[in-house]
Amino acid sequence: MERKFEEELEELKQELLRIGAQVERNIGDALQSLMTRDPDLAREVISRDPAIDFSEIHIDEVCLSILARRQPVARDLRFITTSFKIVKDLERIGDMSKDISEHVLEILRQPPVRDFGDLSPMAAFALSMLKRALDAFVNRDPALARQVIADDDQVDDRHAQLWTEIVEAMKAEPHLIVPLTHLFSIAKYVERIGDHSSNVAEMVVFMVEGKDIRHYEKVRALREAKERY
Amino acid sequence: MTMQPETMSNQTPKQTQTLDADHLKIEVRDLDFFYGPQKALSDINMDILTNRVTGLIGPSGCGKSTFLRCLNRMNDIIPGTRAEGSILLDAEDIYAPTMDVVQLRCRVGMVFQKSNPFPKSVYDNVAYGLRVNGWKDKREIEERVEQSLRQAAIWEEVKDRLRSSALDLSGGQQQRLCIARALAIRPEVLLMDEPASALDPIATARIEELIQELKRDYTIVIVTHNMQQAARVSDFTAFFYLGQLVEFDKTDVIFTNPREQKTEDYVTGRFG
Repeated sequence: MERKFEEELEELKQELLRIGAQVERNIGDALQSLMTRDPDLAREVISRDPAIDFSEIHIDEVCLSILARRQPVARDLRFITTSFKIVKDLERIGDMSKDISEHVLEILRQPPVRDFGDLSPMAAFALSMLKRALDAFVNRDPALARQVIADDDQVDDRHAQLWTEIVEAMKAEPHLIVPLTHLFSIAKYVERIGDHSSNVAEMVVFMVEGKDIRHYEKVRALREAKERY
Repeated sequence: MTMQPETMSNQTPKQTQTLDADHLKIEVRDLDFFYGPQKALSDINMDILTNRVTGLIGPSGCGKSTFLRCLNRMNDIIPGTRAEGSILLDAEDIYAPTMDVVQLRCRVGMVFQKSNPFPKSVYDNVAYGLRVNGWKDKREIEERVEQSLRQAAIWEEVKDRLRSSALDLSGGQQQRLCIARALAIRPEVLLMDEPASALDPIATARIEELIQELKRDYTIVIVTHNMQQAARVSDFTAFFYLGQLVEFDKTDVIFTNPREQKTEDYVTGRFG
């Protein structure tokens, strides 16, 4: 293989790691700003979002350029396809960091609400899913990726639990409904981070093994139904 | 082990069932091929399906062209060559002593890398095979020539110059004329040995488009050095290396998720 092409693929990988690091940092700081009630940190997260958007566009351009000029196949094609897809998930997580920070700023303008014990561990767990999905990508580790996918159920369960708790709190203290609604949104964003991390992990399995495991059961049922008719 | 493309990949059972005897045009069994003492092909087992394009890829000297020429015994004309094993065309062994080789080559036509029209008119190039095969009726010959030129997607370009020399045509036109010549005697299988390698991108695109048209009526086996071309035109792709068939599968599988590391390394340009 041409050395220049190898370099281009490596450069693309580095770009993905860079946006991964940017997103990890932003989501970590956004959640931190909520826990420590730190408006400056929340504003910093918001100010860093355009850099993530820029990285997404740059990575798309690099992928397009490689597709147009190199016509990659097999593992190279799967790598480019994966890059195209995961950059979108990463950028969405980046957006969610910004959204969480905006909700944090709103919450800080409102009277304080009680501490929801489940939120912090749920956020830490979702963040760890993102970190592990990125590790699986870097190390081409489908076993780790599958673990991340399986872990998404835990985030969903915790979110459902938290949802109930926040609704109960709203009923008990209607005067706190505004800050609680913001908290509600934040919990939903954290749950979505788990989903996007799971998407990244699914693409890692595809990249390494060539198997598309997304929506596996549903797709299989549809395919079987299609074959029957 | 016989490599049957549709059973090689992650196929659903239903798709696997479509591979029955009706779809099988050529069965290659335990084929070894020798140039004198040197073994050029080793233990090739492969099923070629009717009305499908099968692409043969691999680095220079891997045996893909030798294999192609085995399919209509074109190698017979090279002294000192020898084939062992069997190749069944519609279940009939083409290497059986009773096989009429001239008849075989009518059934299994060939198009070469370099277009090689005869130094005759456009018309006579296409009519040649018919006349050699004893056709006399002028109108019948005319009809078949036109049909063949149309099938080869060159009729519109040459219909007003049928009596001009074929050598005055462009490279791409000459190659399509050679395809028309091969089609005139209505072969069942068309072997193509790098048919577009000497052509510019536009002429190449026309040949590739033509291959897609032709597969409705013919079974096509094509050797190509251009992997993108194999990816574009073939339904199944066979990867040869050092005289062995390393992998044979649906083209999508070969170019997105090949099973063999050797195939992956070759198609991604990491060797070869």
